[in-house]
Amino acid sequence: MNTSTHSGKAGRLTVHILLAVGALLMIMPFLWMISTSFKSFADSMSVPPKWLPIDWHPDNYLRVIQTIDFGTYYLNTTLVTLGRTAGQLILCSLAAYSFACLRFPFKNTIFLALLAVLMVPSQVVMIPSFVIMREFNWLDTFYVLIIPGIFSAFGTFLLRQFFMTLPKDLEEAAKIDGCSYFRIYWNIYLPLSKAALVSLAIFTILASWNDLLWPLIMTSSEEMRVLSIGISSFQGQHSTDYPLLMAGALMATLPIIILFIFLQRYFIEGIAMNGIKG
Amino acid sequence: MSSYITVNADPPKAKTKRKVGKLAVQEAVWGFIFILPVVLGLGLFYMAPSAASLFLSFTSWDGLSSPQFIGFDNFANLMKDAKFTGSMLNTMLYTIGTVPLSVSIATLLAVLLNQKIKGMVFYRTFYFIPVITMPIAVGMVWKWLYNSEFGLINHVLGVMNLPQPNWLFDERFALLSIVLVSVWSTIGYNAVILLSGLQGISGSYYEAASLDGAGKMYKFFRITLPLLTPSLFFVLVMSFINSFQVFDLIFIMMDQQTTMLESTRTVVYSIWEDGFKYFNMGYASAQAFILFIVILIITMVQMYIQKRWVHYQ
Repeated sequence: MNTSTHSGKAGRLTVHILLAVGALLMIMPFLWMISTSFKSFADSMSVPPKWLPIDWHPDNYLRVIQTIDFGTYYLNTTLVTLGRTAGQLILCSLAAYSFACLRFPFKNTIFLALLAVLMVPSQVVMIPSFVIMREFNWLDTFYVLIIPGIFSAFGTFLLRQFFMTLPKDLEEAAKIDGCSYFRIYWNIYLPLSKAALVSLAIFTILASWNDLLWPLIMTSSEEMRVLSIGISSFQGQHSTDYPLLMAGALMATLPIIILFIFLQRYFIEGIAMNGIKG
Repeated sequence: MSSYITVNADPPKAKTKRKVGKLAVQEAVWGFIFILPVVLGLGLFYMAPSAASLFLSFTSWDGLSSPQFIGFDNFANLMKDAKFTGSMLNTMLYTIGTVPLSVSIATLLAVLLNQKIKGMVFYRTFYFIPVITMPIAVGMVWKWLYNSEFGLINHVLGVMNLPQPNWLFDERFALLSIVLVSVWSTIGYNAVILLSGLQGISGSYYEAASLDGAGKMYKFFRITLPLLTPSLFFVLVMSFINSFQVFDLIFIMMDQQTTMLESTRTVVYSIWEDGFKYFNMGYASAQAFILFIVILIITMVQMYIQKRWVHYQ
């Protein structure tokens, strides 16, 4: 669809100018973050502020790694993200296949109960969860960071909606050939659902990588810190050393930005799909 | 949207003759096995805690000794607690500031991105990067941008001879500062959903309107906007829900001791403070439940009034 069939060169130029000015405003904080991260401390405090560093200090990044245990934060965040994402993809897709394709008693009732979970904000669950995790002796371990995050009503719902759109013919043919339900799920439904699975994976990766409140409550030791906790306590200690803080913030968020730039199409399609079908 | 959520999912019966009894039992058994992990996990980690939270909100509890049942005392005290009513007010002001601004800019952006121009993907990348950036990193860089002495924003305002507020340390500007950051970081998400809504509008409407000699403004207000309402409705519902749960930006941008917290503390921040700093777990649970009810009511009101303004094709 194109609303500007008759807009001439002037119209297109206006659109470009508007979009470019907007894009500059959107990207400006990142440019400022990058520029600051290479400045010396004194340089960052100059009045008026300078757009570019007077002399470049890539060693700020090294200092971040020396000051805080960035390697541990990276490793923890990566493990949590991978664990939650893999778990959700497997468990949600299995349940979604069952809800979409198999017949069993109370199916609709159970499904509606799962949908009810979607409506409860996570803050409601937070306080009792803390107590449950303490009873399990899971506080401050990888268990608390990963296991509750692998069960997702949203993921089950998203995949179930997608499976419902797939034609049933293949499944019927496979049944006649004597395929087990697991084989039908594994060999027919999963390969046909790559787009939906990637979309769920992206949502889970984003949510896990950027998560703050859950790890803030459930972990306390230095060894269990994830990136968001690590850099916020870093800010607490070095509240005015902005070159160092900006280098740390950039390092924490860069992997997701790189992932986005490479998988952009899937990010956008995933969000658009969720928006329409949600 | 709602038409999509059909609950009856039974596949049409197979045409082949099948021994109904044994096969049906087998199918049901496998059906249960496949949903079992998710049902158990959600039950243990979401449903049971939700129920426990409702119970806890009627108790006084420090998280260690056994909870004391105190009836509606928590709720009565919350109504008198200036900290809580203030945080509810701040949350509402934050939402009223963020949602209309973000959604209207996103609508304009989606319309611009929908023009067939070169470099659309390029622009889209820039608008979307704030959405995926870690909120903690976002908060840190904006705190720096807002810095009253060395910050870029006040420098630019100074060059333009405009007033230079002490953003995060002035009670008149602190909440506004957070709102602007939220708008900045949600525009891209809303625009992507609205853009896909625009792309779903059939070109034939515009062709018919052109034949009737309709102008651009007419097309926008009489075709584009009405047909975009389902996407706008979804974006609004989600934005309201998310806005009421804001926490990260306040956590990172406000010092925990600052008096500015009075004008920026949100409900979730207050829940976190009462629950995990002061260990008033019953009191915090009651706040979480009030938040849930407020979100529920706002969502239901939106569902109810959508009939008046949402046009489904």
